[in-house]
Amino acid sequence: MRWLLLKDLQILRRSPLLVALLLAYGGLVGALLGFAVQRDDTKPKVAFLNEVPSMDFGVQVGAQKIDTSKYANKLFESVDPIRVKTRAQAIQKVRNGDAIAALIIPSDLTKRLQAMVNLAGTGPPPTVEVLYNDENPLKTQAVESRLKARLADANKAISSKLTEISAGYLEILLHGGSFSLLGQQFSILGLQKTNDVIRQTLRELPHSSPQRADLEKVANFAQLAIDNLDLSKPVLASIGEPLHVKRTVVTGKHVSANAFYIALAAAVTLMIIGLFLGGGMLALEREEHAFGRLVRGPVSRWELLGEKVLLGALAALVATVVELAVISLFDDLRWARIAAWVLALLVGGLAFGAVGTAFGALTRDVRATTLLAILVALPFAFLALIPSGIVANWVYDIVRIASAIFPFKPALQAVNAGLNDADPGLAGPLAHLVALAVGYTAIARVGLRRFA
Amino acid sequence: MNVRGVTKRFGDRVALRDVSFSAADGELVALIGPNGAGKTTLLSICGGLLKADAGEVSRPPREVGWVPQQQAVYSKLSVAENLRLFARLEKVPDADAAVDRMLEQTGLRDRARDELGTLSGGNRQRVNIAIGLLADPPVLLLDEPSAALDPRQRARLWEFIEGLSGRGTTVVFATHDVAEAERHAHRVLVLADGELLFDGPTAELRGPDHADFEIAFVRFLRSKGH
Repeated sequence: MRWLLLKDLQILRRSPLLVALLLAYGGLVGALLGFAVQRDDTKPKVAFLNEVPSMDFGVQVGAQKIDTSKYANKLFESVDPIRVKTRAQAIQKVRNGDAIAALIIPSDLTKRLQAMVNLAGTGPPPTVEVLYNDENPLKTQAVESRLKARLADANKAISSKLTEISAGYLEILLHGGSFSLLGQQFSILGLQKTNDVIRQTLRELPHSSPQRADLEKVANFAQLAIDNLDLSKPVLASIGEPLHVKRTVVTGKHVSANAFYIALAAAVTLMIIGLFLGGGMLALEREEHAFGRLVRGPVSRWELLGEKVLLGALAALVATVVELAVISLFDDLRWARIAAWVLALLVGGLAFGAVGTAFGALTRDVRATTLLAILVALPFAFLALIPSGIVANWVYDIVRIASAIFPFKPALQAVNAGLNDADPGLAGPLAHLVALAVGYTAIARVGLRRFA
Repeated sequence: MNVRGVTKRFGDRVALRDVSFSAADGELVALIGPNGAGKTTLLSICGGLLKADAGEVSRPPREVGWVPQQQAVYSKLSVAENLRLFARLEKVPDADAAVDRMLEQTGLRDRARDELGTLSGGNRQRVNIAIGLLADPPVLLLDEPSAALDPRQRARLWEFIEGLSGRGTTVVFATHDVAEAERHAHRVLVLADGELLFDGPTAELRGPDHADFEIAFVRFLRSKGH
């Protein structure tokens, strides 16, 4: 066993490219996983527009004024705010992917908070607005979980402060004490002591006194108030959500998580089958030594590549249609849109088939082609699922490049559009896929120079 | 077939230098030479697989049957399926008739439905050659046709090739086995380091002392500085 191990290490040492690839792969996957794990600690960029006039940032509760701007800072504890001056700028930041979302504090927020504190009727609740792109459910989930957490923090802080102040007044009202208003100190007797004074007075009054009936009414009222105001503290504490959220989608049609995951499963199948068959069957021509015999006359190199790309695409299409048909037994599938999603699958399959043929031409070996396909496809698919705005700019630049040069993201967008009528629609991703199919076929053609 | 002034370079290395020869109808020509002499490169250019940097070959690829050293057949297809596939790709007018003819010539009719992967090396080589003959080309190029065959398979193969030559097909074959070249070829071409050093009958190479052909071949190469 020792000698076998040494022999294998010797062989590996003589394949520096393979070793480098495997090590680089480990590093790459590690880095990707690191970014994924780090996501909760990194501060996503959120565009922030505060429309409340700076003078107007306080809510009067009794004699005290709460500075709501202090609590608004809760919203920024784990986000990186990009301050903007207009709503249009906020929308642009979200649309461009510079920010994961935009948070807009409307100009009437303080007034609405004040009205709520004053229990002034049933006006609209204080509401902040969140703008985001509904690119895919992963991003929507990421946006909502982060903003919900931050809003919950802000709500809790405001609610606690309101409860604390109101409870203080209730305490004075019940048990007496002193408070200051406009610089003057006031002493309050309190309901409890008032009740005690009245009861004492009643005990000392003769039974026939004409004031007794009225004083008993006041004493009963005081007792009723004492009994019920004791219950007011938990009632105040139940104002747990002073701030409400209005969600506004800047671009993108909403797609349910289930529908998106079906599109994702279809794109993965399309990728695996297209890559493996396109590349494997081209490399097989060389392994069977038939390549030279084919291209010396009967078949041109372009025809051979075209056939392999088409084979990969058709096999991927058939496999994915079967997969979707099985899924449709368990979940709704929009059969009415079959033309759109079959077109998306076909063009996606062509792009993956082309990438496969490029791998096949460059590696010239079925096993190496398969290995390369696995090594490359999985990280690219992973990268394509990272939503904009939740990673550092330079990481998202890498994601953008990866999505531009590998067909997974446009294929996912096309399949999602085909299946779910999702944004950005079919035309853009299909054009992207066609361009990639042509580009990778050209790379495969160059690779064939070393093929015979 | 006429080959005139063929030169081929791979980067700085000159694989063939101004090689010219002719082969008449029905002639069996052996191409011999040490390893790396350029035999496969010359046959590949004659067969249209490689392009020469200079020079020309009189026959276009469609008129030349090319049989590579390694068996270029699909091991998962049957004998008949392999033949039919290449007949269709070569646009042979009556593909089924061509397949039938090749099954007859190769003596593989009873194995027609067997997958290539299950056949012996000799039988696979017969299919390999049969594919080169599907279009009934006037010229057949064979690269090391008997390599890895046992003596009995080799004898049957040469019987088959000589039959082709007897029916008027020009056959040019490359081989390491000089004894085989002497036994079957009408004429030999000696290639070394990309240069054609000899073109003539084996008797001429053997010299006036009628030396053993292998000894005469090595002596000739040494005399030319190889």
